[in-house]
Amino acid sequence: MAEVPISWFLTLSAVLFALGVAGFLFRRSIITVFMSIELMLNAVNLSFVTFSYQLKQVSGHLFTFFVMVVAAAEAAVGLAIILTVFKNRSTLNIDDVDSMKN
Amino acid sequence: MDVVLFLIFAIIAVVAAINVVVQTHPISSAISLIGVMGSLAVLYLLLGAEFIAAAQVIVYAGAVMVLFIFVIMLLNAGTEIKRGRSLMVQLLGVPLLIAFLGLVAYFVERIYPQSVGVRFGGFTGGTAQAVGRALFTTYLLPFEVTSLLILIAIIGAIVLGRKEMD
Repeated sequence: MAEVPISWFLTLSAVLFALGVAGFLFRRSIITVFMSIELMLNAVNLSFVTFSYQLKQVSGHLFTFFVMVVAAAEAAVGLAIILTVFKNRSTLNIDDVDSMKN
Repeated sequence: MDVVLFLIFAIIAVVAAINVVVQTHPISSAISLIGVMGSLAVLYLLLGAEFIAAAQVIVYAGAVMVLFIFVIMLLNAGTEIKRGRSLMVQLLGVPLLIAFLGLVAYFVERIYPQSVGVRFGGFTGGTAQAVGRALFTTYLLPFEVTSLLILIAIIGAIVLGRKEMD
C-alpha cells in the first residue's frame, strides 16, 4: 500500500481534537486550557487541508490560513487577559476565577 | 514510503498531544504542543500544502508558542494544584470522548473507502502562488476583514496590558 487512506488523516484529526477537548475539560491551569484550545484549532486545520487534498481545491488552505490568523489574534488578546487576571487575583487556577458563578 | 512517514509523524503528534494533556507543568505542555505543530507541518507537506506548512511553522510554532512561553515565564507559572473537580466531568468526560472518537472513526471509515488515498505530489495546488492568487481574488474581502480583526486584537491587547488597568 503506497497511498495513505484519507480516513487516517481525518481520524488523526479527530484524535487530536478529542485530546484538546480532554485538556480543556480536565486541566485546571488557565494557560494549559488555552493551549488545549490551540490544539483543537490545529486538529481542525488538519481536516481542512485533508479535504482540500481530496477535493483538489485550494479553498481549504485559505480557511486554514484564516484560522491561523484568528488563532494568532486570539492568543494575543487571551494572553493579555491572562496577564490581567493574574495581576488582579494572583492565581492561574480557573477554579479561583468564579466571580460570575454566584 | 508515504505510509511510513505518515505513521511516524502521526504517532509523534498523538504522543505529544497526550503529553500536552497529562504534563502538570505548563512549560512541558507548551514544548509538547510545539512537537504537535511541527509534526502537523510535515503532514501538511505530505498533503501538498507547502504554504500552509511554512505558515504553520512560522506563525504557530514560531510566534504563538513563543508568546505562550513568554507568558508562562513572566507569570512564573508552576505545577497546577489538583482539586476536586465536577462530578459530571469525572464520570462522563472520558466515556463521552471515547464515544465521540469511535463515532467519528466509524463514519470516516464508512464515507471514505480505502481506495481514496493520499500520496506525496498528488495535489500541487497548495503553492504560495496558488494560495496567494486565491487569497487576493476570491477571498479578498475576508482578507481585508482579517486585517481589521488583527487591528482590533492589537488595540485590545494594548488596552488590557496598560498599567492603569486594575
